[in-house]
Amino acid sequence: MDDLIAEFLTETNESLAELDNDLVMLEQNPNDKDLLSTIFRITHTIKGTCGFLDLPRLEKLAHHAENVLGRFRDGDLEVTQEYVTLIFESLDRLKYILGEIEANGKEPEGDDADLIAKLDKAYEGEAIQGTTESANNAATTSDDDDSAAEEIEDAVFSADIDVAAPAETAPQAQDTETLTARESQVANQTLRVNVGVLENLMTMVSELVLTRNQLLQILRHQKESEFSGPLQRLNQVVSELQDGVMKTRMQPIGNAWAKLPRIVRDIALELGKKIDLQMHGKDTELDRQVLEMIKDPLTHMVRNSADHGLEIPQDRVKAGKAETGRIRLNAYHEGGHIIIEISDDGKGLAVDKIRAKILEKGLATEDELASLSTSQIQHFIFKAGFSTAEQVTSVSGRGVGMDVVRNNIENIGGSIELKSTEGKGTTFLIKIPLTLAIVSALIVETAKERFAIPQLAVRELVMASENGKSRIETIKGTPVFRLRDQLLPLVDLRSLLRLNDIEAASEYEGGDGAAIDDDADKPKKLSEDSKQINSDYIVVTQVGGYQFGIIVDRVYDTEEIVVKPVASILKSIDLFSGNTILGDGSVIMILDPSGIAKTTGDVETSETLDDQDAKSKVVDTSKEKTSLLLFEAGDDTPKAVPLSLVSRLENIHPKDVEGSDGQIVIQYRGRLMPLEPFNSNVRMNGDEEKPVLVFANDEKSMGLIVDNIVDIVEDVIDIQHNSGQSGIMGSSIINGKATDIIDVGFFVKQADKEWFMPDEQEPFSKGGEHSVRKNVLLVDDSPFFRNMLTPLLNVSGYNVTTK
Amino acid sequence: MTQDTLERPEEKQGRTGHQITESNTDYLTINLADQMFGIPVLQVQDVLGSHDVAHIPLAPAEVAGALNLRGRIVTAINVRKSLGLAERSTKKTTQMSVVVEHDNELYSLIIDEVGDVLSLDYSDYEQTPATLDPVWRNISMGIFRLENKLLVVLDVPKLLDTVNA
Repeated sequence: MDDLIAEFLTETNESLAELDNDLVMLEQNPNDKDLLSTIFRITHTIKGTCGFLDLPRLEKLAHHAENVLGRFRDGDLEVTQEYVTLIFESLDRLKYILGEIEANGKEPEGDDADLIAKLDKAYEGEAIQGTTESANNAATTSDDDDSAAEEIEDAVFSADIDVAAPAETAPQAQDTETLTARESQVANQTLRVNVGVLENLMTMVSELVLTRNQLLQILRHQKESEFSGPLQRLNQVVSELQDGVMKTRMQPIGNAWAKLPRIVRDIALELGKKIDLQMHGKDTELDRQVLEMIKDPLTHMVRNSADHGLEIPQDRVKAGKAETGRIRLNAYHEGGHIIIEISDDGKGLAVDKIRAKILEKGLATEDELASLSTSQIQHFIFKAGFSTAEQVTSVSGRGVGMDVVRNNIENIGGSIELKSTEGKGTTFLIKIPLTLAIVSALIVETAKERFAIPQLAVRELVMASENGKSRIETIKGTPVFRLRDQLLPLVDLRSLLRLNDIEAASEYEGGDGAAIDDDADKPKKLSEDSKQINSDYIVVTQVGGYQFGIIVDRVYDTEEIVVKPVASILKSIDLFSGNTILGDGSVIMILDPSGIAKTTGDVETSETLDDQDAKSKVVDTSKEKTSLLLFEAGDDTPKAVPLSLVSRLENIHPKDVEGSDGQIVIQYRGRLMPLEPFNSNVRMNGDEEKPVLVFANDEKSMGLIVDNIVDIVEDVIDIQHNSGQSGIMGSSIINGKATDIIDVGFFVKQADKEWFMPDEQEPFSKGGEHSVRKNVLLVDDSPFFRNMLTPLLNVSGYNVTTK
Repeated sequence: MTQDTLERPEEKQGRTGHQITESNTDYLTINLADQMFGIPVLQVQDVLGSHDVAHIPLAPAEVAGALNLRGRIVTAINVRKSLGLAERSTKKTTQMSVVVEHDNELYSLIIDEVGDVLSLDYSDYEQTPATLDPVWRNISMGIFRLENKLLVVLDVPKLLDTVNA
């Protein structure tokens, strides 16, 4: 049965039950105006809804009943027992029809001419007596009466055949019997419960969960206990109860989408677009509270897709796409989360425009942008006040959008990701928790205080040792950590929450104060102005595309916790998303990862490459522009070297050059740096200073003597010709001229045979082909080699992904 | 949160504010630094002895922490601090606190000690003297003249609002 009809049935049955009572009261109390208007209103509502749902028989009957009630209300007709009985009869008939609809999904055959005739009689008959105005109509009405009488006969006749449509009061008892039976079925299926009651129930279940946790914790400390059996059962029952209660709060996501078709239609009309809105997974259920929170962001994003994303039909045809644009919503469950995809096949995010906008707004410099991947640049749309729409339309484009969307989603512990290909379309991926009330969280300890971190945000746990590779390093007091060849920014919970002050002020004697002294000699001591880090665990946390680590002292279990909002006087502290009571009864604060990320750093511009970015790089390296340093050496052919390989440029005077171990060297920053002329044509002579390109890796460095530095350009390295000359990788067209790309590897080996030795190189090829070119994942902890090998491998016909 | 309001609907008037009238003169007396205060008895949810209070990092100085009261989280307010009084020197004496509800949230006011519930005579009521310290004047709803003491009626919502601000 249609949802709408089912809802209508429940509602109408309720209203009719109400009407029954009201009518009885009216009979006793015929002059109660309020009661009359209530009755009138209910009947009117039923009539209206019937018309809307295309139930003509119901509508007709309700309409005629309403007419009579209308007369009552206007005071034209006296409320007598006779009339009330008539109305009751009509109500019973309505109920009967409703019952049939419930059973068969449609109105039963036959009509209600008998009743309608009686109702009309009541309506008309009294009118003639009551008011003089309608006296003129007397003739016509009496005619009507005749025909009505005939109708009654007809109806009685038809009623005989069709037992289901009894005409008079006699079969009425039987009638109502069938009715009540059916009515109760509907009532059993759905029940209207006040949200407050449900909320209260949820709170109680939450408490029960906590108590259960408490009991289980006690049980864990006891080896043998006669409680263990019953407690296990209790555990199970509580879990099921929790699930059950949670279900009562669940609503299909379709409820949040209900308004979308209309919005999209309006936009389509206004902007002259053709839009097909597809909605999948409407029935995916999620917590009422979560639903409320994502309703607006979803609407906003769909609006965005319709307004900015999709092109007008002409443009779409030009781009070789179907005239009608498609917006697709898809919702599904995935491991305790709900994933909502919003995708369109529109023009995608224009990276160039975003780039220009970033520069215009001063959100990043050109240099910073150069180092960002396409995906990172696209993520700028989540920044406050960012809109690339050239024209602000009535629909969107005021630049107060995606940042709010992101905030809303992150506030409920969700995340939003973005994939966009220019010309192809945009996809947003929203991941949100099923419920907010109970979440699993990791319990950590810092400075003897415990905190909860929502498990959703926790990527992994890393133990940092004091030396070796997995140690916490610092840059000007800022702790960082090398996590699989990526620098992970760290946040020290101790200093973030200013727990040190407390410790110092606490009355504990010996405890922490002594511990700090003990650690003072250890090598990981930071610069004086920063606090001592004596913690060992790093909770790798992810907020959207941003990863960072939280340094904590200890890590406990994961626990299911009941999130309780923090007191309003603490709302201003962004770092907490709530508080909770643990199994042992203690109150702890729940850390808000997105709040921490916002407080400690800028989420968008941080250097994080997720898999998506890496993928896009794979495709792009063959065409990506590289910054190149152009120089001349020996002959007229311009030479080029990737700028990223060059650490410095120096001018060297011949008198500073010394000889050592059969090589020319120079004292450079307190070390000896070997120098190598580009080729034999380049000579250090006379008084003339020569430019030197300094290549450096870790401690090693070498200088390449050249004649002239020409320029720095950005261009695509596309090596087309290889002469086989040593030191030259090949020729490419740079800046419109044939240019030799030099092989830095050759020169550094010339200068230092052991250049490559200590660094382990682990290039391995990833199987599978990307069109014709093979993909290579190049893994190396040194950017130097990463940059140098990439073009080399490129030349050999590989697509290179560096890590 | 709704739990208690459902059980004790009469508490609602406590949250919306207290009117000092002739019919409404029952006060729970508390002592703070030798000054007697009164809290309208209908606003009081609970009186607690010493209780474990969990520290809340970065919270305002007046917030002593949070405690677990039968499954509800209660924010503890150090009333001495919010009234600009010095901390108590001796730590040995047990702390007491009065739990009140404000805007659907529970707060526990840490004070020195709790006295009796007094039914006061409205004729002994006076407006707050204009010369009183502004901080105190803000949180006072008036004074009752007792036989040998003066009782300041504590305006709980105002007191909590000062922490909030």
